[in-house]
Amino acid sequence: MSAPSIKVSQPIDWTGIAFAVILTLVIVFPLLVVGTWAFTNVWRFPSVIPQEFGLKFWYQTLARADVWSSITMSLTLATTVTVLSAIICLPAAYAFARLDFPGRDILFFSFLAGHAFPKFGLLVAIAGIFLQLNLIGTFWGVVLIQLVGTLLFMIWIPVAAFQAVDRRMEEAARDVGASPLRVFWSITLPQAGPTIAAALLLSFVGTFYETEGAWLIGAPQVRTLPVLMISFINNQPVIQYGAVLSVLLWVPSFIALLFARRVVNSGSFAKGFGA
Amino acid sequence: MSVLTIKDVTKLFPGGTKAVDSFSLEVADGELVCLLGPSGSGKSTLLRMVGGFEQPTSGLITIDGQDITHMPPEKRPTGMVFQSHALWTHMDVFKNLAFGLKLRRLPADEIKRRVEAVLELVGLGGYGSRRVTQLSGGQQQRVALARSLVLEPKILLLDEPFASLDQHLRERLREEVRDIQQRVGITTLFVTHGQDEALSMADRIVVMRDGRTEQIDRPDVVYRDPQTPFVAGFIGTMNLIEGTVSNGTFTRASFSHPLAVADGPATLAIRPEALDLVAAEPGAAKVHRVTDYGTHGLLDLNLPDGTRVKAMVDHPGQFKNGQGVNLAPRAVAAYRDNKQIFRSEA
Ligand SMILES: Nc1ncnc2c1ncn2[C@@H]1O[C@H](COP(=O)(O)OP(=O)(O)OP(=O)(O)O)[C@@H](O)[C@H]1O
Ligand SMILES: [Mg+2]
Repeated sequence: MSAPSIKVSQPIDWTGIAFAVILTLVIVFPLLVVGTWAFTNVWRFPSVIPQEFGLKFWYQTLARADVWSSITMSLTLATTVTVLSAIICLPAAYAFARLDFPGRDILFFSFLAGHAFPKFGLLVAIAGIFLQLNLIGTFWGVVLIQLVGTLLFMIWIPVAAFQAVDRRMEEAARDVGASPLRVFWSITLPQAGPTIAAALLLSFVGTFYETEGAWLIGAPQVRTLPVLMISFINNQPVIQYGAVLSVLLWVPSFIALLFARRVVNSGSFAKGFGA
Repeated sequence: MSVLTIKDVTKLFPGGTKAVDSFSLEVADGELVCLLGPSGSGKSTLLRMVGGFEQPTSGLITIDGQDITHMPPEKRPTGMVFQSHALWTHMDVFKNLAFGLKLRRLPADEIKRRVEAVLELVGLGGYGSRRVTQLSGGQQQRVALARSLVLEPKILLLDEPFASLDQHLRERLREEVRDIQQRVGITTLFVTHGQDEALSMADRIVVMRDGRTEQIDRPDVVYRDPQTPFVAGFIGTMNLIEGTVSNGTFTRASFSHPLAVADGPATLAIRPEALDLVAAEPGAAKVHRVTDYGTHGLLDLNLPDGTRVKAMVDHPGQFKNGQGVNLAPRAVAAYRDNKQIFRSEA
């Protein structure tokens, strides 16, 4: 007597498994290698694992003045760009979302169109202009180029966020005596808050990690952490410097990711896009 | 003492919709006036012009004699309650109510006192620290009302505040709001497209159609003596029978009724409850359907040409489908060219 089996044996999904394995290898393996290098003191060919683990190169890397100055540079730069971008873009986004003025659609489109060009070509053209303006190699030159890079999502995302705010809420605030400016500050902005926070975060992280513009405009005087990392990887015989910086750079993006997850999970991010 | 005057107000939207058309109304101190009309008749537009959210194309709006026609909403002594409560979800109940008071720079203890008092008034004492999203639909609408009342506006404006609530809750809130309105004695303009809401709450009803006034009267008058066939058909159930008058007799198919007006076409209006039936074969009409409501019955009748007539009867058991009856109206009104030309009381 055989009881009918409850478990229906499923055919093994070989394609799925293959994909999973390949993805793991492609994504995780390089991370693993970099992570291992960062904590390696000695690792000579042909050994598969390092001969000696340790924090030697962390001490060495963190003892370098150029590392610290580039960390400070990156943080200052990302903060400055994010704040400036917010000051410029948030009111503009509100205008796009709420006001009706001549040329509105064309202007909005032009913000987006700038990002349709091949980026490096655009950068070289801008660099040419900056050269004449003596902005090459200056902090504010880099700020300016990064600012351009943030315009897309610092306008697009907040526009969606502002459009999602219930107009009746704004009217109710006018009704109890708030001026239009006060309504923006006390009602619209907080309502659109989580989504705008996500845009700010994107702006910060995007600026922090941007290399092409920072290198082209800033080099050699202005050196951000990612630019320094690239030059380590290209010019240093010791692999560990680059590896340590990579791990260091991983920290802020991980924090940003955790934060972004909370925002996205709250649903208002999706709501900002009309979902 | 606050009187709202709307004089010859017209609103033309870009695109050409005339939402409100030379509308005039005076709301007396402490009065509750209902704007009643079908969808798109311009009720909300009118209310929003009083609140300052739309600009009239022409006309004048005054409160206690002061011209507010072009004043921005934040300067007006009006308080508006929206259909979708429009509470600020990022603030708790207390902050929602305190926002307007803070803008007026009242001291903190005064704000606290007034917010708590108004929460008591709407039956939500102790709910101050609740988040707006943690309230039921009825509670949210009460908070929205409180948010307006706490500022002691001269004119209270309500735009279908109960439309999103279920029938039962709607009836209860209707009574509560009427009660509060009378206790506070605030001049109120109330938009609805529910006739029972208007009939049960209003001191006066404005029946609107296509941005114009059809009739302004007390609820019982609007019900008993509608001035136009539109009002007659819109408020309550009404039989509107098109026919012709000749030699003092109104005729439609096999139905005729004495009517002392000049010859010509006319619309005869008869309430179902003012229509007596007399069994007769073949009779002027045939019984199509009998519905027994327990306390009374409703009969659907057909004239030979298919015209439907409704009649209310005390004993529906006496009637059967297909039976012939003669119609004996106790009270009628007659309309021609959109105007009342005849009316008889029961
Ligand atoms: N912002 C606007 N732009 C153009 N037309 C509008 C606007 N607002 C309202 N209308 C038009 O004005 C007319 C009156 O609209 P209104 O909202 O005042 O009607 P209502 O009586 O409140 O209807 P409802 O009972 O459905 O709320 C409608 O034809 C509507 O389409
Ligand atoms: Mg409306």
